[in-house]
Amino acid sequence: MRDYLFILLGAALVNNVVLVRFLGLCPFMGVSSKIDSALGMGMATTFVLTLAVSASWLLEHYVLIPLDIQFLRILAFILVIAALVQFTEMFVRKASPSLYQALGIYLPLITTNCAVFGMALLNVQQKHDFLSSLLYGFGSALGFTLVMALFAGIRERLALANVPAAFTGAPIAFITAGLLALAFMGFAGLPVR
Amino acid sequence: MSDYRGIFADGLWNNNVVLTQMLALCPLMAVTTTATNGLGMGLATTGVLLASNLVIASLRDFVAQEVRIPVFVLLIASLVTLADMAINAWLHELYKVLGLFIPLIVVNCCVLGRAESFASRQQVLASAADGLAMGLGYTLALVLIGSCREVLGSATLFAHASLLLGDGFAFLETTLIQDYKGFLLMLLPPGGFLVLGFLLAGKRAMEQAAKRSKVKEEFHCSVQ
Repeated sequence: MRDYLFILLGAALVNNVVLVRFLGLCPFMGVSSKIDSALGMGMATTFVLTLAVSASWLLEHYVLIPLDIQFLRILAFILVIAALVQFTEMFVRKASPSLYQALGIYLPLITTNCAVFGMALLNVQQKHDFLSSLLYGFGSALGFTLVMALFAGIRERLALANVPAAFTGAPIAFITAGLLALAFMGFAGLPVR
Repeated sequence: MSDYRGIFADGLWNNNVVLTQMLALCPLMAVTTTATNGLGMGLATTGVLLASNLVIASLRDFVAQEVRIPVFVLLIASLVTLADMAINAWLHELYKVLGLFIPLIVVNCCVLGRAESFASRQQVLASAADGLAMGLGYTLALVLIGSCREVLGSATLFAHASLLLGDGFAFLETTLIQDYKGFLLMLLPPGGFLVLGFLLAGKRAMEQAAKRSKVKEEFHCSVQ
């Protein structure tokens, strides 16, 4: 039980996807100017990331390893993620049109979110069992959503601040992200890996 | 000939992947703790970009419009698999340093972006030139940021170049200050964000100064 909690916390805070592992920076910079859209992106990514990490684990252990074709991992995983995103989009559209309205434009963007592909690869390298993989994916997605929401909140304030001309927009956003990353380094002290 | 000059000017500066379009940031931040890592990653990406533009431009007439994106992704994934194996075999030290970020070239938005916006519409030679130019522009940005972080963080430049890239690169290794105590922050994740922020501000200040000297009009910055 304790181990599973540690995997969840470690993936969400200590090894945060965005600020420590540097995955998923494109949506982090691109979709973070409003809290609403940041949360929408976070939710969509949480869904896909958790599914993708589990599905890629199953693929690795039941197809790639028995057939001894691990060198095709990159191809296989990218196919699974693309199919999953497509499937999620169709499923959400049927099951909950209101959620589809909210997530709509963010869903296709997730295929090229390197957090999804990167976490799927990392998870296989770390030799987790299935339940740990599920938690690992879910935890990192939670960390992603948390950081997206925090950063969007800061940027909403930043839009009103008086920033030197050369720093407006992207440069000040990067410096803010740097300070946020500095704050997250405090979590490195937690006794979790 | 002049449009090739335009392609290279676009790739290296005007439309630089990192400094202007702000794409492909993940590998940029993650591997640039030293200039050597940046150079290695940049060259690997350039190789994939050149090959993918070449392949996609030659196949563009055989791929139906509706399924082009999945086909491009699969082509790029195969090329990245080849690059991954090649680097693992011949530059194993570099492979250990870059690790996860070589397979991640698949989801590097600049590769699919160039395939879609340039290679699927242009001649083979022009596409190859575009891939090379974009890749070199990306390498330039990687080396620039890697150098800043390495100089500030440990006062060396291209450390371990001979170990990672082969003996031919040994001449690049320099130590700027002996007995430097080190500035760890620059090598840790926050340093990447801070350096890129200041570099982007610097590029914008340069462009504004150039524009101001050219035109006396009020210049309103519309880049966000």
